[in-house]
Amino acid sequence: MSARSLRRPALPHSAPAGLPRLLAGAHADGTPTNLREHLERYGAPPIRAAVRLAQLADAGGLRGRGGAGFPTGTKLAAVARQPKQPIVVANGTEGEPASAKDKTLLRLVPHLVLDGAALAAAAVGADEAIVAVGATARHELKAVHAALAERRHARVDRVALKLVAAPDSFVGGEETALVSWLDNGPPKPTFTPPRPFERGVRGRPTLVQNVETLANLALLARFGPDWFRTVGTRDEPGSVLVTLVGAVRSPGVYELAIGTPLREVVRVAGGVTERISAVLAGGYFGSWIPADDAARIALTDADLRTVGASLGARTMALLPATTCGVLETARIARWLAAESAGQCGPCVHGLAAVSGALERLARRQGDDERLPRWLDLVEGRGGCAHPDGAVRFVRSARQVFAHEFELHAAGRCSGGGRPVLPLPERRRR
Amino acid sequence: MSKRLRLNPIACDGHGLCAELFPERIRLDEWGYPMVDAEPLPRELERHAKRAVAACPVLALTLLEVEERQRVR
Amino acid sequence: MTLAAAAGPSAYWYLTRGTGTVALLLLTATTLLGIAGTQRWSTARLSRSVLAELHRSLTLLAIVFVGVHVLTTVADGFAPIGLRDAIIPFLSPYRPFWLGLGAVAFDLLLAVTITSLLRVRLGLRVWRGVHWLAYATWPIALLHSLGTGSDARSGWLELLALASLAAVALAAGWRVFTAYDARPPYRVAAAVAVVALPLALLGWYRSGPLRSGWASHSGTPSRLLAHRSGR
Repeated sequence: MSARSLRRPALPHSAPAGLPRLLAGAHADGTPTNLREHLERYGAPPIRAAVRLAQLADAGGLRGRGGAGFPTGTKLAAVARQPKQPIVVANGTEGEPASAKDKTLLRLVPHLVLDGAALAAAAVGADEAIVAVGATARHELKAVHAALAERRHARVDRVALKLVAAPDSFVGGEETALVSWLDNGPPKPTFTPPRPFERGVRGRPTLVQNVETLANLALLARFGPDWFRTVGTRDEPGSVLVTLVGAVRSPGVYELAIGTPLREVVRVAGGVTERISAVLAGGYFGSWIPADDAARIALTDADLRTVGASLGARTMALLPATTCGVLETARIARWLAAESAGQCGPCVHGLAAVSGALERLARRQGDDERLPRWLDLVEGRGGCAHPDGAVRFVRSARQVFAHEFELHAAGRCSGGGRPVLPLPERRRR
Repeated sequence: MSKRLRLNPIACDGHGLCAELFPERIRLDEWGYPMVDAEPLPRELERHAKRAVAACPVLALTLLEVEERQRVR
Repeated sequence: MTLAAAAGPSAYWYLTRGTGTVALLLLTATTLLGIAGTQRWSTARLSRSVLAELHRSLTLLAIVFVGVHVLTTVADGFAPIGLRDAIIPFLSPYRPFWLGLGAVAFDLLLAVTITSLLRVRLGLRVWRGVHWLAYATWPIALLHSLGTGSDARSGWLELLALASLAAVALAAGWRVFTAYDARPPYRVAAAVAVVALPLALLGWYRSGPLRSGWASHSGTPSRLLAHRSGR
């Protein structure tokens, strides 16, 4: 039974108007959309469009939704150009503790992600696509597993799609770390060059894409770049899935247009529950934004950069004014230090030193003058972006919570409050 | 065409021989790990750079032609 | 050649023994330095890079001495040993096994050294894989010197060999003890090996080279045995 026969020509497969688009077919009760519903809503994946996928992505201005924001069309073309046969990896590991967007996609609309993976594989000439989902994400693993079974039964895809339960550690989701693990190595970053697009899994050119990017590709291939650009800004088109946590009435994952003002984003999530002092944008490698700045900027990389931040992992954590920024920073910094892959001296020693100093400051045991020097010493000297991200986080905290840092240095604290930033409960090592 | 040093921080184990042999461009931080100046090397220093590269017990240092673009992570 | 040799020990013969002994001492020293490098040992005067350079220089010097040792052995026509026997083991009619060990040690030494000189080009894995053979090179060289040497019973070589053995055994033990599994069973096994292997070697030494009749037992051609009494 081919996918063609499942399509009912009478029903037009209309492009989603406005928002939602990725989550347009999602069930309100949280159950995954099955294959029949998916095909009814969107039609079969346009495999014929795959050959032009890189151009479509370029024309649509699609950028990676995994944090790095690399132009997807460029990446597709680069992999397709390689001499050996490539392989595709759909990265749904989502090691960022505050983020739930990838899991949401995999749980609610797995077929959209799998369409994207199959299309990307066809576009670069791969015959295999590996879907990596975090090993602890049981619901998501189940949903993808069921979706794959449906597709195999209906013989929808020409490429082999494989599901793997990957480590969901913080560094494990990094491109080279995931490739290393898929090659039976440790889930730790490797030295580049060569980057995965040249040499990755089994020595083959590897296209690693975030699952949200692939979901976007699935729609882009069906409805075209002009449709894609109807949402978002001219420089950053499309929608984004954003995770909101902290002092919001309804924390969770929301699909929004890029360019939406932050105040509107918060309003969609039910508004704040109490007065907030700052917003952590972009996850634990991101930057803090003071509440006043946050009130007037929009959800674009360009706007966020004006306040020293970026979309990053696409999480927004709203910190209540009653929660002490120093305590939160020290707590996250300690976790970041523990999450180091442990391969590079400056990262291991440097983040431990930084974290130790912040802990002492949090306990009001005094300020360590060496802290800024350590931050400078660590930056750029690791084998991956982990130390850089941690440094960015701490630096922005010292800037935005300058008053509270001073209080702690003097042996006082502004309040305390409940811890807001989420950390995983799992014990590592 | 001048050359420059590149360090592989993952391979590096903080042995420190590089800093001993090429202090003009390599210093050790307080944890014993090298801080490598990646600027292009003048001709007369290339000999020392080569010696430092050869001396590293884990071959974490390499000498590159300046033309090779440093890949952005 | 044999007629000339029959007149008494030639200068070559002394040179062979001397260069062989020095080569062994140099190999002992360089092995100790190599192990010290793995342990990141250094002093204020002797920094890591200095010790690494010394390790390299002593090895090259050892090769020079082995080279002279080979040439003088061949030039001294007392025993039927040719140049070929320096590289291809076990073919010489003179104490084939014990002499052959010398060729094996020399081959290994050349492999280790050449790969080290080409290290940057060969890459870490190839270099490291071959360099492990250094741990085999030294004991084989020691066995060669005790098995072929006519000085086996003379006090000074005995002393030097013993001291070398103790030094290398302790250093190797230190290496194994600190490098591997920290669990007690492994540590105990390493300590036992450090004591047992040298003792085994000493046991062999006492029951072999030290006993009379070793020369014929080890394969000295019978026509040369008659001349032995003069040495």
